[in-house]
Amino acid sequence: MDFDWGVIWKNREVLWGGMMLSLQLFAIALGGGIFFGTLLAMARLSSWKILSYPAAGFVNLIRSIPFIMAIFWFYFLTPMLVGKITGQQGEAVGPFTSAIVAFIMVESAYYSEIIRAGIQSIPRGQPWAAYALGMNYWQAMGFVVLPQAFRNMVPIMLTQAIILFQDTSLVYVVGLKDFLGAASKAGQLSGRIVELYLFVALVFFIICFGASFIVKRLQAKYAVVR
Amino acid sequence: MDWKVFLELAPSGGMTYLGWLGPGVMWTLLVSLFAWVIAFSLGSGLGVMRTTLLRIPRAIATTYVEIFRNIPLLVQMFLWYFVMPELLPERLGNWFKQDLPNFVELPFAQFSMWEFTAAVLCLGMYTASRVAEQVRAGILSLPRGQTNAGLAMGFTLPQVYKFVLLPMAYRIIIPPMTSEFLTIFKNSSTALTIGVLELTAQSRQISEYTFRTFEAFTAATLIYVVITLTVIFLMRWLENRVAVPGFISQAGGGH
Repeated sequence: MDFDWGVIWKNREVLWGGMMLSLQLFAIALGGGIFFGTLLAMARLSSWKILSYPAAGFVNLIRSIPFIMAIFWFYFLTPMLVGKITGQQGEAVGPFTSAIVAFIMVESAYYSEIIRAGIQSIPRGQPWAAYALGMNYWQAMGFVVLPQAFRNMVPIMLTQAIILFQDTSLVYVVGLKDFLGAASKAGQLSGRIVELYLFVALVFFIICFGASFIVKRLQAKYAVVR
Repeated sequence: MDWKVFLELAPSGGMTYLGWLGPGVMWTLLVSLFAWVIAFSLGSGLGVMRTTLLRIPRAIATTYVEIFRNIPLLVQMFLWYFVMPELLPERLGNWFKQDLPNFVELPFAQFSMWEFTAAVLCLGMYTASRVAEQVRAGILSLPRGQTNAGLAMGFTLPQVYKFVLLPMAYRIIIPPMTSEFLTIFKNSSTALTIGVLELTAQSRQISEYTFRTFEAFTAATLIYVVITLTVIFLMRWLENRVAVPGFISQAGGGH
């Protein structure tokens, strides 16, 4: 078969736009996932059953269904719920917003498991000491437990971030033009699907391999000395 | 909400919408199980290669793991399905796309054998890279004295792996392997992008035909949860069953 690699240069703007959308989704999902994941982990470890049971239920439910199924769920639920709240019907929420909600929800479930393990790795004496010094729950968490927990978790959280970046390609299933979606569209229009998919694979490989290499280096350099 | 929708007659297949979920579950399980066979055998081989001191096998296995781990699963799916037949000689590529023999005979398959095969190959080879890492971690977690003792007893290196290291390593990695299996089973839903009508795809079809999205998704979600719980339960049982007393902490304590 004869290749025409020029097709990639011809579609550079479409592909660049797709990559920007992927990166946007990645950044928002990462920030939202870690923020809500922390809250979920704290809820799960709470001694109040009214907090810990729903949090555990949500996390286990999300983790036992496929990512694509979760995307479909939130793609369906988000416009409906927003419509109910604002009283507007129909196009109140775009596909990108729904995708963002889906990614934040799923990632917060994944991250909450990592963060929970991190919190549990901190000796019980630490929060007790904080309480003994007169701190309240939020102070003990914010100034004593979480800073130590996060330092232990950094390598796993970065690894999960690389997986999250790869997972952004799943928005293809709701027709968003992320990097893969843009390449797919360009490939169909030009009839050069082989070149474009190989290019997408190469770009993802370079980014993810590079990132995991850096993570490994950081891990060796900043390993916590005990 | 209207759960009676599942009892209505669907427009094709001469069955109810509830009946549409059946083939979906079947394809999800078939893709996952076939892929698991590839993932487990190939992954074990690669994991062993990564622990040997032989340079070339180690380099091959490491390269494999890095390539398959750093490309998104969905992109790999498209590479197998769309790109691979084009890179092969034309006649072989066409044979893959059109004349692949039906080695799994099932009713209501509205897609060709190539879609199924591509999905199985993709998932199997992707998951093999993750299984390889687990097997490697399992072997490396054993004390080095085990290898040395085996060699001192006069075993050859392959015998040490077969009789000493692997039987222990496989027991140790049952919990992470369980989650790898659950991952393969969840990841099988990516096969819907190349036309395999597995459970997620079927539930979406039901929602498109009936506009009962909530009910359709709930049904699929429940099935996923039931299968997940069943697998976890079976693996706990297996872990207890094969535990070596006094060496590995009992199930619950895990790895």
